[in-house]
Amino acid sequence: MRAGSLALTSLTAHEVEEVRRRLGREPTEVELAIFEATWSEHCSYKSSKRLLTLLPTSGRIVVVGPGYDAGVVDVGEGYVVSIHIESHNHPSAIDPYGGAATGVGGVVRDILSVGTRPIALLNSLRFGRLENALSRWLFSNVVKGIADYGNCIGVPTVAGEVEFDESFERNCLVDVVCIGVGRREELILAEAKVPGSVILIVGNYTGRDGIRGASFASRPLDGEDDRSAVQIPDPFLEKLLIDATLEAVEKRLLLAVKDLGGGGLATALAEIAYKGGTGIDADLSKVHLREPDMQPTEVLLSESQERMIFVVRTEALKQVTGILEKYELPFSIIGVVTSDGILRLRWYGRIVAEVPVWAAVEAPIQERVVQMVHRLSNTNTTLKPPTPDLHEAFFKILSSPNVASKRYVFEQYDYEVGVRTVVKPGDGDAAVLKLPNGKFLSIKVDGDPQKCHLDPYMGAMNVASEACRNIVCSGAEPIAAVDHLQFGNPDDEEVYWSFYQTIRGLTDYFSTIGVPIVGGKVSFYNEDSTTGRAIKPTPVIAAIGLALTHDSVTTMSLKTEGDALLVIGETSAELGGSEYYKVVHGIEQGQVPFVDPRLDLRIFRVVLTLATVGALKAAHDCSKGGFGVTLAEMCVSGSFGAKVDLSSLPRVGELCLDELLFSEGRTRIVVEVPKKLIGLVTSILERYGVPYGLIGTVGGRTLRILYDGRTIIEASLDELENALEKPIPNIMGD
Amino acid sequence: MRVLVVKFPGTNCDYDVFEALRKVPVTYPELMWYRDAEPRGYDVVVLPGGFSYADRLRAGAIAAKSPFVERLQDYVEDGGLVLGICNGFQILVEAGLLPGSFLVNDSLRFICKWVNLRVENASTPFTCLFTEGQVIKMPIAHKEGRFYAGELSTDLVKSKRAVLRYCTENGSITNIANPNGSDHSIAALIDTTGRILGIMPHPERAVDPLLSPDGSVDGLLLFLSIKAWLGGQA
Repeated sequence: MRAGSLALTSLTAHEVEEVRRRLGREPTEVELAIFEATWSEHCSYKSSKRLLTLLPTSGRIVVVGPGYDAGVVDVGEGYVVSIHIESHNHPSAIDPYGGAATGVGGVVRDILSVGTRPIALLNSLRFGRLENALSRWLFSNVVKGIADYGNCIGVPTVAGEVEFDESFERNCLVDVVCIGVGRREELILAEAKVPGSVILIVGNYTGRDGIRGASFASRPLDGEDDRSAVQIPDPFLEKLLIDATLEAVEKRLLLAVKDLGGGGLATALAEIAYKGGTGIDADLSKVHLREPDMQPTEVLLSESQERMIFVVRTEALKQVTGILEKYELPFSIIGVVTSDGILRLRWYGRIVAEVPVWAAVEAPIQERVVQMVHRLSNTNTTLKPPTPDLHEAFFKILSSPNVASKRYVFEQYDYEVGVRTVVKPGDGDAAVLKLPNGKFLSIKVDGDPQKCHLDPYMGAMNVASEACRNIVCSGAEPIAAVDHLQFGNPDDEEVYWSFYQTIRGLTDYFSTIGVPIVGGKVSFYNEDSTTGRAIKPTPVIAAIGLALTHDSVTTMSLKTEGDALLVIGETSAELGGSEYYKVVHGIEQGQVPFVDPRLDLRIFRVVLTLATVGALKAAHDCSKGGFGVTLAEMCVSGSFGAKVDLSSLPRVGELCLDELLFSEGRTRIVVEVPKKLIGLVTSILERYGVPYGLIGTVGGRTLRILYDGRTIIEASLDELENALEKPIPNIMGD
Repeated sequence: MRVLVVKFPGTNCDYDVFEALRKVPVTYPELMWYRDAEPRGYDVVVLPGGFSYADRLRAGAIAAKSPFVERLQDYVEDGGLVLGICNGFQILVEAGLLPGSFLVNDSLRFICKWVNLRVENASTPFTCLFTEGQVIKMPIAHKEGRFYAGELSTDLVKSKRAVLRYCTENGSITNIANPNGSDHSIAALIDTTGRILGIMPHPERAVDPLLSPDGSVDGLLLFLSIKAWLGGQA
């Protein structure tokens, strides 16, 4: 074996020394490449692992928790639901179309890797302000990339969120969530447990695209050689891969499946052997290549898309290759599982790497000390900007691209394919899908960097609360979540401190409400390529929930003239990170709303109780833009007006009108209740001891918001609809 | 009723169509890979939606040249019915079994939404349970859905071969209600024999009252129409 050149590696000198120590000799070039991939931040979590162990990850329904390609929960009657989240931030900043599309492809293959059928996609997107041409270009191409890929593979994109903020100008965030469903007994894990079984690489030809993508994602963008690290999407091949994998899963022919993602073959082979407690002997020259003259390290590190590893018993090999031939999918048999715990790689038979599997996978933890950063001065509590013209401010917030309707986005996605989408994009606080066991699955993804920026601990609690609240508003009980934690460079003390505070916030929230985090990702090095400034801390939470029957499934649209409107939860003066401060006052300071997970839990239970007894005709939470926006959206969605009085809002302390209207704080849910059930509803609310107020009634063609009988805002449905629907198409030139 | 649902590489609505057909009483749908499929012996052949061969060249162009699609002409002459949905419609047009062609939507973007459709012709095997002038609802989901047939389009409307047209909720044919810029708002088209229907909206997605905006199941009625028509003929 030839010793490797250390010139190209992204490993630190200390890490190279550790490689030498573990091998007891100089590593070869191919061995160095293995360590470079498996020890990259992207694959090893070496900076985050220790803190991530704080998160609550277990629960009665958890079948597969963090550490696998997807989290899996039991939803009853022999069925499981899988969920995973991925980002493709760096690739999308360089090539928004290809970067976003390949992000979708990767997360779909993660769902396949546990043997489940992908049934829904969600996305959470963040760009710079839309006034900026670069942001518009990134926005339209990311959406198109997701649409073209998801639509082609026949997996519906059913929910998401989009936010515009200057800190994402040159480092957009593209998070994609995929949900899968399967039979519990057909679950498979990416573990190569059976020595003697055969390893196939299936799907796309391996090329030079995306080489060192994992290390690319583990450093800031610098404009140098970045494009070659982006992969090329082929949704058609992905579709064939989905069909072939599911056919093989249904016939129980596969021992293990693994997506070739970050770190390519190097990571995938090392991980399946590690999890299986085995070794692998594979010949890289057998991989089917797009370019004939590739070197072994290139084959090993390539992140060409639409490729999977299948591990198959020799007896089943013929049947599996039969399926692959039917779908005209290229494949190669590259090696076998061994029992010696060694990852042995060959090149035309000659051994080019021989690494103990544990040595490759157990990356040395990067010790980082959390420094207390005194930056909470941003959470100035004494701010009190002058109250503006409320009508004007209200419409300014409604038409802010962060609040306005995202129809421009979701109508580009096929959200119907699969014929499961009961609550569709734009209709409710979360998407709701019909499951094969007759239950209903609610799903939503949320983030709120404005609040996380001011106070990462409380900000993270707000994000967690919002994701769960949205599930509850759809009539479902939250059962699990995945997180994606996106930050700047972890070498920066403030960045690492916010990361720590975020984990604390999520831990405190989810342990209190008893919802396990079944998977997640961490993405560091998100910073502006020109200014070097880190993005605002952006934890994103995707939550899932279950409704047992369709009767409890709820949307946001107002349904019946004369029904009563109630608000559950208290309004507070905490306007830090609100859309109101941002678009009306240009302030990025203030107190971030306090979250009390125990109160959240009571509110969730009471709302679900109302849903169960058939009293919940509509529900919508107060989030971005505040109470006024919530009402406007409920009116437009249902084509009904409403008349409400702010003086009946339960509140914390004395509040001004702007605070009542625009505060995004605390868990508050506006609900529509049939008039004849008000007595029942209020007695349930009293029993649970949650603050609530009877605020008005549904009816007419205008929204009237009063205070003590005096009109504050009056707007027709048409005016509201225009304010919500027109901004994004207008900016995007439609 | 024996129905053959054919899957090409890239077809992605095959299973949805199969499941929708299972809701039709005494119906035996079979789902087959295009190379294993043979139309003879079936009452109906369905070409479902998706992106066959990734829409390379033009949507439907490659599948249209497959031996299976080439056999459809004879199959129809022998009395068979063919239903092409979305990409299936594009395949039928590319194969010359239906006239016209498809262009990219006038918005230049993929569009997914529920639309209103006016039934222009209720005497086809696919629409016999509807009444003429009735407004029905189904979702569309396509990027190349703008039907174009030049001057022929006017004849297609006059002769009622344009079986369904995009319309407003109360049945008016307007530009705003035309989601993709199709000639004369044409959404579904039947051939001169009255045995081959191409339809751009997805009937298989309008078979469950929980999933439609108003609880309607107009797509199911389309499948039930085929069943009723075949029953009447027997």
